[in-house]
Formats: sequence, structure tokens, C-alpha cells
Amino acid sequence: MIAANLPALQVVVPLLGAVICAFLRRGAVAWAITLVVCLVMPAIASTLLAQVLTSGPISYALGGWRPPIGIEYRVDVLSAFILLLVSVIAAIMLPYAKRSIEQEIPADKHTWYYAIFLLCLCGLLGMAISGDAFNIFVFMEVSSLATYALISMGKDRRALLAAYQYLVMGTIGATFYVIGVGFLYSMTGTLNLADMASRLAGIENSRPVLAALAFLTVGISLKLALFPLHVWLPNAYAFAPSVATAFLAATATKVAVYLLLRYFFTVFGASVIFAHLPTTEVFLLLSVAAMFGASIVAVFQENVKRMLAYSSVAQIGYITLGIAIANQAGLTGGIVHLFNHALMKGALFLAIGAVVYQTGVVKISDMAGLGKRMPLMMGAFLVGGLSLIGVPGTVGFISKWYLVYGALEQDWWWLAILIVASSLISVVYIGRVVEVVWFRQASGPVKRATDPPASMLLPTLLLAAMTVYFGIDTSATAGVAGLAADWLLAGIR
Amino acid sequence: MAVIHEIIAHYNHWIIIFLMVSGLYIVVARGNMIKKLVGLGLFQTSVYLLYLSPGKILGGTPPILSPDYSVYSNPLPHVLILTAIVVGIATIAVGLALVVRIHEAFGTIEEDEIFAEDEDE
Repeated sequence: MIAANLPALQVVVPLLGAVICAFLRRGAVAWAITLVVCLVMPAIASTLLAQVLTSGPISYALGGWRPPIGIEYRVDVLSAFILLLVSVIAAIMLPYAKRSIEQEIPADKHTWYYAIFLLCLCGLLGMAISGDAFNIFVFMEVSSLATYALISMGKDRRALLAAYQYLVMGTIGATFYVIGVGFLYSMTGTLNLADMASRLAGIENSRPVLAALAFLTVGISLKLALFPLHVWLPNAYAFAPSVATAFLAATATKVAVYLLLRYFFTVFGASVIFAHLPTTEVFLLLSVAAMFGASIVAVFQENVKRMLAYSSVAQIGYITLGIAIANQAGLTGGIVHLFNHALMKGALFLAIGAVVYQTGVVKISDMAGLGKRMPLMMGAFLVGGLSLIGVPGTVGFISKWYLVYGALEQDWWWLAILIVASSLISVVYIGRVVEVVWFRQASGPVKRATDPPASMLLPTLLLAAMTVYFGIDTSATAGVAGLAADWLLAGIR
Repeated sequence: MAVIHEIIAHYNHWIIIFLMVSGLYIVVARGNMIKKLVGLGLFQTSVYLLYLSPGKILGGTPPILSPDYSVYSNPLPHVLILTAIVVGIATIAVGLALVVRIHEAFGTIEEDEIFAEDEDE
């Protein structure tokens, strides 16, 4: 009974948890309920992934209404991979959240924080699992509205501005998405993605369908912060509560990338997207611009969170680059980088969150001497930083290896050079922090800092350890990503 | 003549495009945060019409089965837009709540004044 309804439970459990948390008054109780939810989520997601790997995609008819009339929840290799990513990151970060939230958010808002966090989780998981175009929009807005509220809870008053700006841009993005779906619906008469794909056969190149593709691409690109639609991201990440930043950086943009993959490869089909349209050129250009532009801007940031935020924009460039390369190796690199970037950015933002927790410092110049005071946290930061650069033995190397391999397979040796060259810029901005942290004398609030309590230490170290582990044993991550890439390229609908 | 007929026949699309573009223009051109939200609301509302107008079939009745009628309008767009309206209300509500908080924190809701104040920090 429960096994058959796992796809629905994946979304319903966090939704119920959010409602329960909203009625509570004590933050600790809300945290405990959220913890239970966050521990159940990876269990469900991994069961789903195991089922998909052994017996193929799962189709779940919500409320017993058969697709394409009813809403279908569809779990395939790629969506199960994303579900697992989002739920594992949520589970790892939740123990960390308790202390960080207690310090950064007033006590009367703790229950609200957890309620909104669970809503955000529910929306992200829903986007990944739903096979219905309009249902995806609803989940997109559930997660986006929750995200705006999470960001606005930051201590700095500029968090409010960042949330407002994100609200305006995010709503435009979501509305573009609905316009695209509206065109597709009026052309095909269905909202089920698989059904839509089969009905699009023969009319792929008609003008409304191409307009729909354009609206969907721009709308989703706003959500995934593709350069130059990324302007909402740096402020939002810089001023949100530390743990919210870490969670959003690791998951929110990744789910949007998943949507893009889903529409490009399974709804429209690779032949439509890449054969007659300049998709490859556009995405190559924007990805390379992100890799260089955002990395260079990151070098000049004073606020370490903003620096990491710009670095996120650059890293999203690598993911979309994998989509642009669009062969097996390139796509594997893009998909595996979804996972790898979530691990390393999660570790980096958690390490910085701990610095904020212990010292209140966010400027790089104020972090002098932290390496000796907080060796474990700064060690995790170093591992994450090395992985951003792409040093062998870390996950960052694996993603870039596949991307370079994919570029060379296309005979784009210049692109391989660009990938390596852009990595060198991250040496500069990570190196800058490392120099200040490890090779300068401590002063000010840093002098009394120590590594934080275990509840904050262990999640960060776990993510850092995973960054190294999956950099050496790639069979699980790159293996599943490779399967997903095969599946996308085969155009199975 | 045929062209003019074509243009008039698609009058619903012209209304939608006008609302959509003017909404987006307000969002971009106005510095007042409330006015921006009004523009955003207009932009979202235009999409409701984009869904609803193709759902209506000329001469069709509401989809209630009856032996007297054979042509029915499509009810699904209405259901979808009912959901979208709720989402739109929630978005505007969150936006307005943020503007209230911004007014408390900065003392103004004009973007240029806030950015000027921000530079001083």
C-alpha cells in the first residue's frame, strides 16, 4: 500500500509537515518534525531510484485519474536522481539549521521558518516528480514563494530588497513559463508532458510551438539563473539566512536545470532543439560568458557570500554548457555537475555560515587568521574550494573531465581550453580567501572563534567528505548521470 | 482587406499582447515598488486571457451534457486559470508584505531613494 504510493508521499509528507509546523509555537518542536520529514524524504527517494533502475520509469496516477486526463507523477532515472539530490541535501543540512536559525532569526519566527522551508522542499520535489506541465507551474510557484519568504528572513535589511527583486524577476520567469505552456496546450490540447511530446510530432516547427519553446526557455532560464538572467541571485544568496542560502544554492537552481532538460529532450526532442534552431550557439555563448564573466566578478567581491554566489552563476554555466555540448559525455558532465556542485557549494556555504555563527564576519578581509581558529570548518571550505577549481580527487574534477571529453568529442578543442582557463579564475578567488584565512594573523572577533558545535560541524564535514568520496568513486554519481544522459539522448518519450 | 479581416479576427490576441506588454513596461519603467507590483499583476492577468480565450468555442455551451446541445466550450482552461489566479493573489500578497517591511526598514518605497541610501552604508 505504502510502496505503491511512494511518489505521492514524496510530495505530500513535506506539505503536511509544513502545515503542522505552521500551527506550532515552539521552534524546537517544529525543528523535530522537520527533521523527521527530512529523514523520510531520502528514504523514499532512494527507494524510488532503486525501483526505476531495476524496473524502469514509474507512472503514478494522482487520485486514481489515469493520465493523460489526470495528473501524472512520473519518476524516471533523471527525476529520481534530482529527488535524491534535493532530499539528501535537505536531510544533511537540517541538523545544522537549528543553531544557525536560533542565532539569525527571532525566536517567534522559528516555526514559520521551518514551515516555509518544508513548503520550499515540497515545491522543489513536486517540480521534479510531476509529469504535468501546469502542475509543475504550481509547484514552481510554491517553491518560489517560499524562497522569497526565506530570503526576506535574513538579518540585514537588504535581505528584504533582495527578496523583492527576486519576487519580481521570479514571477516574470514563472509567468513566461505559463505563457509557454499555454501555447503548447492550445496546440496539443494536453498538459501531460509525455502525451504532449507525442502530439507535437509533425507540428514541431510551427510558429506557436517555437514561440512556446522560446517562452519556456527564457522563463526557466530566469529560474536557473542563466547568465545574463542571474541578477537576482547574488543579493538573494548574500543576505538570506546562512542555512537557507546553503540549501537554495545546492538545490533550487538544480531543479530548474532539470526542467530545462526535461522540456528540451523529452518534450520537444533533441532533433527539434539542436537540428534547426541555434540552441547550441546561444547556450554555448551564454555558458562561456557565465563561466568567465561571473568568475571575474567573483574575484572582486568583498562579501564572501556574494563571492560564492557569483561563483554559483559561473558553475551553472558549466551545467548549461553540458546541455549545449549535447553528446553523451557532455550531457553526463552537465548532469553529474548538478550533483557535484550541490555537494561543494553546500559545504562552502555551510562553512561560511559557521563563520557567521561564531564571529558575525562576512567580509573576506575580516576573516584573517580563521584557519588556525576554526581548522575543521576552514578545512571543509578548502576542500570545497579545491573542488570548485577542479583539482583531481574532488568531484569538480569529474564534472570538468566529462565536459572536456564531450567538447573534444565534438572537435571543439577551443572549448576544452576555455573550460580549463575559466577554472584558473576560480583559483584566484578561492586563493584569495585561502591566503587571508590561513596566512594572516587573527584580529578582532576572529581571535576568540573556535570550531562550532557538532550539530553544525558534522553536516559540513559530511558534505566535504562526500566531495572527496564521489571524486574518487564515481560509479554511483557519474553512472546514474550517464544513464540519464543516454535516456535523454535516446529521446524516449 | 483580407489582412484587416485577419487582424480584427484575432482581436483577443491584440488585447492580450497590449496588456502583457504594458504590464511588463510598468515593471521595468516604474521605480515605485507598489506600481511595479501593479504592473506585475497586469502582466499575470493578461496570461489568464491567453488561456481563457481559446477555450471558448463560438456557439458552444457550458459543458453540461444535454441532448439539446452538441458543441461545448472547453472547461479546462477555466480550472487552470482558477489555480493561476490563486497563485497570482499569493504572489501579490507576498510582494505587498515585502513592500510593507521595506517601508518599515528604509522609510521609502522608491527604488532610487533606497539605492541611494544603500550606497551610504
